[in-house]
Amino acid sequence: MNQADLDLDALARLARLALTPEEKATFQRQIADLLRHIERLGEVDVTGVEPSAHAHPQHNVWQEDEPRPGLTPAEALRNAPVQRDQMIAVPKVVE
Amino acid sequence: MTSSATPLHYLPITEAAAALSAGRLTSAELTEAVIARAEAVEPRLRALLSADPASARAQARASDLRRASGQSLGPLDGIPIGLKDVIAVQDQPLTAGSRMLANFISPYDATVTRRLRASGAVLYGRHNCDEFAMGSSTENSAFHPTGNPWDLDRVPGGSSGGSAAALAAGEALATLGSDTGGSIRQPAALCGVVGLKPTYGTVSRYGLVAYASSLDQIGPFGRTVADVALVLQAIAGHDERDSTSLRAAPEDFGEAVTASPVPRRLGLPREYFGEGLDPEVAAAVEQAVAHYRGLGCEIREVSLPHTPYCLDAYYVLATAEASSNLSRYDGVRYGHRCAAPRDLQDLYCRSRAEGFGAEVKRRIILGTYVLSSGYYDAYYLRAQKVRTLVRRDFLRAFEEVDALLTPTSPIPAFRRGEKADPLAMYLCDIYTIGANLAGLPAMSVPCGFTRAGLPVGFQLIGKPLGESELLAIGHAYDRVHQWGRRSPNL
Repeated sequence: MNQADLDLDALARLARLALTPEEKATFQRQIADLLRHIERLGEVDVTGVEPSAHAHPQHNVWQEDEPRPGLTPAEALRNAPVQRDQMIAVPKVVE
Repeated sequence: MTSSATPLHYLPITEAAAALSAGRLTSAELTEAVIARAEAVEPRLRALLSADPASARAQARASDLRRASGQSLGPLDGIPIGLKDVIAVQDQPLTAGSRMLANFISPYDATVTRRLRASGAVLYGRHNCDEFAMGSSTENSAFHPTGNPWDLDRVPGGSSGGSAAALAAGEALATLGSDTGGSIRQPAALCGVVGLKPTYGTVSRYGLVAYASSLDQIGPFGRTVADVALVLQAIAGHDERDSTSLRAAPEDFGEAVTASPVPRRLGLPREYFGEGLDPEVAAAVEQAVAHYRGLGCEIREVSLPHTPYCLDAYYVLATAEASSNLSRYDGVRYGHRCAAPRDLQDLYCRSRAEGFGAEVKRRIILGTYVLSSGYYDAYYLRAQKVRTLVRRDFLRAFEEVDALLTPTSPIPAFRRGEKADPLAMYLCDIYTIGANLAGLPAMSVPCGFTRAGLPVGFQLIGKPLGESELLAIGHAYDRVHQWGRRSPNL
């Protein structure tokens, strides 16, 4: 793993994480170490092997679309950091 | 009161249930003993993140009333059981060991919580864990570390370290943890109790704080294999609220422990007994193997050739899933929100930066990297293919043997702060990760102590949905040795 390939700024942007310069430097080094270990996966012959997303894949799991009791607005908003008139408040999105 | 010399808070469920049933004990007395024990040891142990003694006392009284009117709900009725703080209990805190959820109150019950209530269990205590279940020592908790009851300067393992330590210290008669790469089994081994990770899909994940959804599974800790079987019986079963929940034929795990004949063939995977295995752990596991040999079991060496790649595949898949799962913590609907955000982007980025600890950020960044354009095939897709090969290795081994026997952890409990390097910490899970990748049931059973007095456990790995057989095999050892019934000097 070439450390230069690891663009911590781009990754932090993708992950929506505001990292400090110190965190970036530490993660740069630690993640490069981990990737060096992980790159051993390249040694495995995976020709013709199907990927497994789950150990026991299940397909077409549906529930009937039936109304049933759910959370009340007060319960659903109980953990909202900022709320107003039964709505979650966020900074202005549209100019 | 019981006639046994065991203090109430150290009773196995089987004995407490018999005493309750015979009218020699009330749930109120048992619950009071557990609460008193927790209050006595918590200042030193710190296994709890929160507890609601008033609620526990009310549940205990309700259990005693049910029993008095002949309406007992079964062996767990009136038994105090604690939960790792990643499992939702309505109107109780749910922090996942994170500042992100420091003030979160759960609006609903997880399916396992609902099932424990339906079996009459007295829910008491929410246990410390590594933040979002990421870690092997419980040191990544945003709130405080937890001590190992056998040596308070050492870690209880992780990520379900609080649940293992609380049980070993007598703060509950059983506990629930969650296991993504070994997070039930490794702390069970380090704290000297039994811990079971069921087959993926056996226990509903509804109401479990998600880490890596294709690997996460809830399971019980108990003092004995028989106790673990009773708790599994209460929490297992199909749930339409978890789309990965299996529709397996109902079984009686409590019955299976004693009813099934001991199978004859146990496999020792040679890749699990090599470099890095502590000699005292190896010796204790050898003693367990000798026990099975003495029971007439055939012991065979087998090979799981892709074992060296399990850790790498795991850290690609788990971090990829975590980076996606944890995107929900955006500071908008619940969880931590930063002060005075400039705009929505700033709100996301700073709320997440302030709410998450270092290990969580590290895994989110790694997961984002392995999923990013240009690297997806090299890492994520390849890891999924290696996962297929790992599962094939296990299924091939099960053509020759009924279960695999391995050490649970390569080392006994280590000192706090000893594993500062992430890779060194990740290597703690080297023997447990394979069962998660392959979705197999696996259980850690205590098998002795090191010279320094630290517990050692061995691991049994079973066939898919082979819990009954796994429990029977484990019980064949555990009923004789009962190492999990020893209590620490705490």
